[in-house]
Amino acid sequence: MSLRTGSTRGESPAPTDRPVRRSDAKRRMAPGKSNAKGFDGYWPWLFVLPTLFGVLGFYIWPIIQTGYLSFTETGPFSGEEFVGIENYQTMLADGNVGQALVNTLVYTVIVLAGIPIALLMANLVNQPGLRFASFYRVLFFMPYIAMPTAVALVWRMIYNGDFGILNWMLSLGGIDGPYWTSTPGFAIVSVGVVGMWASLGFGIIILGAALKNISPDYYEAAQLDGATKWKQFTSITVPLVTPSLFFVTIISVINGFQLFDLLYAIMGQYNPALVQSQSLVYIFYNQAFIQNDRGYAAAIGMLILVVIGIVTFFQFRMQKKWVNYV
Amino acid sequence: MSKESLSPAQQGANSVRTHLVIGIIGFIMVFPFIWQLIISLSTNDQVMSVPPTFWPGDLQWGNFVDVFTKLPFFDQFGVSVGITVIRVIGQVVLCSMAGYAFARMRFRGRGIFLGVILSILMVPSQVYLIPQFQIIQNLGLLNTIIGIALPGIFSAFGVFLMRQIFLGLPLELEEAARLDGANPFQIFFKIMLPLATPGISALVIITTLWSWNDLLWPLVVTTYAEKMPLSAGLATLTGSITTDYPVMMAASVLAMAPVLILFIVLQRRVVEGLAFSGSK
Repeated sequence: MSLRTGSTRGESPAPTDRPVRRSDAKRRMAPGKSNAKGFDGYWPWLFVLPTLFGVLGFYIWPIIQTGYLSFTETGPFSGEEFVGIENYQTMLADGNVGQALVNTLVYTVIVLAGIPIALLMANLVNQPGLRFASFYRVLFFMPYIAMPTAVALVWRMIYNGDFGILNWMLSLGGIDGPYWTSTPGFAIVSVGVVGMWASLGFGIIILGAALKNISPDYYEAAQLDGATKWKQFTSITVPLVTPSLFFVTIISVINGFQLFDLLYAIMGQYNPALVQSQSLVYIFYNQAFIQNDRGYAAAIGMLILVVIGIVTFFQFRMQKKWVNYV
Repeated sequence: MSKESLSPAQQGANSVRTHLVIGIIGFIMVFPFIWQLIISLSTNDQVMSVPPTFWPGDLQWGNFVDVFTKLPFFDQFGVSVGITVIRVIGQVVLCSMAGYAFARMRFRGRGIFLGVILSILMVPSQVYLIPQFQIIQNLGLLNTIIGIALPGIFSAFGVFLMRQIFLGLPLELEEAARLDGANPFQIFFKIMLPLATPGISALVIITTLWSWNDLLWPLVVTTYAEKMPLSAGLATLTGSITTDYPVMMAASVLAMAPVLILFIVLQRRVVEGLAFSGSK
């Protein structure tokens, strides 16, 4: 079929053997030459096929394969052997996976705790007439755009147990700080604080955009009624940005469950506290590409999918209780 | 804006207290960056001193030179730039074309195909990472720029974003162009694409940010330090360099600087782009 065929309107329709499906009467779309059947011939395929093949080949097919892999055991010469639900049984009995799930949850909760802070900060820098506002905004969103592995190295210095500035500051108050990144328990919290610091900027940007959409009339009316700034914040600002708060929460949870970069780069590969501080994705990575146990890793990948799915589902279920769509 | 033109409420916005509060929080937010710069210009002894050395005195610019001699920084920088350029161009071309077709053209299975593409938005990357690695391995593309970049030139999010943009554009222009005898490619490239600039710039920003900073995938498909992008290179530093703190900090400064500076210069655009994609 030559490319010319469909190029001008009014000529005979592009040859196609598709059956007539629906009437053309209500057709409003279709920029190209279209035939009487409401389809645009081969043109759409030229636009869509590259992406479609790419997505099917590099995403959809791999997803199906991972599903299959999770029921196999990877042999020593990377052959696969079907083992049924054995990987899942192993996983459920694996204390490290349970610990990783808890660690991932702890990390996610710490990151979520940053959302109210982000709202307060967005509120501060979006006050009308604030001087240096764009300078402040840069300060606030720098951590979000900076490369996680690069900032992780700085935080490693700050957290350093022997000469880190954090422990020096604590020592001024008479506190003997721990080895933050190599003590089980402290490590995941330390990583969580960096995660919160790094993701505040995202919340500030999204919530800031929502704040700008609130009509100043509300605040003027509230001021006439003598409402304090705090009262205005809790009764006008917060309810009106709940859709954005919901969005930020959903994204933060999904990102939180994908914790890998910061953990990997802050803790390093030879950290004695690593086993107790792993995230789900870290275990996945370790099993798949260090231990070469692809089948087990695939099962952990499926677990991550299911956990994120369940949490997101419940968030959507609960949104009616607190999100106001005006 | 002069002070006289501000309402009382707006003058309140500029009280000393407000600026003090924002200033303190802002300082906490940027302190790690300041500290990173200070360490990168110190000697190793100063870094390990207690109490900390807040100002190194003699600035050790040589640390930045060491980055290039002690680390394969040049190679890694090249890889980072390469994968980012390929992914950005790939996504802009492919996502805008597909997004346009899904928004404005009619074809068999449109809804189903769109659903299939968008379904991967809900799937965390771990679920497709292992087979993706095997594909890249089978193609013989491990440790290559193309291999790192390839899966990332396709983006469900990008398709979704561009589709939303095209859905919001008026139909009349296309109609007129079609009556003038333009074919869909001409209409798309000459008329619709220029109108989609806000969406494209959002896509460029998001893809650049992700591509430059992403760690897990490059870590999986590269094994040699000089074939890694900066993110993976910094995360896998081994040997004596890991205790050469000033050089390590200098390397991290240089690794994050290009995108950080670019995005600070384009601050308004970036904030708009991110907020824009968030609103979709």
